[in-house]
Amino acid sequence: MSCEWGSKLDLYADAELPESEMAQVEAHLHTCTACAAEALGRLQMKRSIHSAAARAFAPSPEFRVRVAKTVGRQRKSRLYWLPQIAFATAMIAAVVGIGFWARHAQRPDVLAEIADMHVATLASANPVDVISTDRHTVKPWFEGKLPFTFDLPELQNTEFRLIGGRVAYVGQRPSAQLLFGIRKHQISVFILQDSGNLTGLSAGPASVRRLAFNIETWSDNGLRYIVIGDTSAADVRALGNLLGATKH
Amino acid sequence: MPQDRANAETFEALALPLLAPLYNFAHWLAGNRDEAEDLVQETYVKALKGFSSYAPGTNFRAWMYRILRNTFLTSRTGLKSMVSLDDDEPPVAEPATADDPESLLMARADQQQIQLALEQLPVQHREIILLSDVEEMTYKEIAELLGTPIGTVMSRLSRARKAMRELLRAKVQGASR
Repeated sequence: MSCEWGSKLDLYADAELPESEMAQVEAHLHTCTACAAEALGRLQMKRSIHSAAARAFAPSPEFRVRVAKTVGRQRKSRLYWLPQIAFATAMIAAVVGIGFWARHAQRPDVLAEIADMHVATLASANPVDVISTDRHTVKPWFEGKLPFTFDLPELQNTEFRLIGGRVAYVGQRPSAQLLFGIRKHQISVFILQDSGNLTGLSAGPASVRRLAFNIETWSDNGLRYIVIGDTSAADVRALGNLLGATKH
Repeated sequence: MPQDRANAETFEALALPLLAPLYNFAHWLAGNRDEAEDLVQETYVKALKGFSSYAPGTNFRAWMYRILRNTFLTSRTGLKSMVSLDDDEPPVAEPATADDPESLLMARADQQQIQLALEQLPVQHREIILLSDVEEMTYKEIAELLGTPIGTVMSRLSRARKAMRELLRAKVQGASR
């Protein structure tokens, strides 16, 4: 190739010629096949190199973070606080959410919980941890297991008999669960500290029927008593009266 | 807003988008990832420190590339690889190879061959081809970046492309034999 235009083909391919000269070269390329092939080759090479080399190596995500830190760490802009604000917002939302969940999800109806535990006790092969008909055996068994103490009634000359007791948890509070028998039935008595915020319980005494169970509950001297059984309401009330009658 | 902070924010906005192309260029110069990362990291540190010396409105991209290149030149690999090339030697006319015109050569070269050929070029040839064909800088930008007259850019580019063509031709012909 010995065309006088040959020296301009690089400049043409790199678009470095003034507009008028670009047009002249283009006109020449229409008449000179050697230069046209040459120019095409240069353009192809530029394009090929671009596509082979432009994205041959990419920075790793870790390295991107490192550079961004290098650039951003040395200043404190409004954007700098964005992550902290986002974090604080998330924390507030989480705390509010936990509070809401605690109020509405973590406090099931205490009577439903009591009924569940009573049923579980009846179904259990080992319903009680201390088995005794003697209240002087059962009551001392709870010593050191509960943060409070209580009295058990004298059951002589009544239809009730004491079966035993265990430690239960009601509303996440330690509680004494006492099991009494009357004829073929069993009645549970739960005794726990009364903080006044047990869901589903009014502050005062109440007689409730829940899931076919009769329930008697009252508060005395800081303790909450809940009597539950599948016998008649009269039986449940009678046991309640015995327990209440032992006070004072 | 304090001036320093405004500067830092401006710098970040201008410089971070250049990370990928700068890294690519650094890797082509240094030849491996670790050195490329060191080069780019150092470039950003230097550029941030010297940002007050950058004249707003001028070519920021060329400014960053110049810092990167100068950093490379003072690195161990850079010092070793920068053999002096005689830019003043007049370009040698290429022998015409009627049976293998350039367009055919390029059509037959695959991406890997092009990358290998680029790697084998002397750094000064490689960088000028990259600046022109990959970064698509003008001769004027390249001349400022390299600190050489435009004429030197033209002759060096011409020489670099000739070397590139020869390397490629050898690879394509070697592969087809």
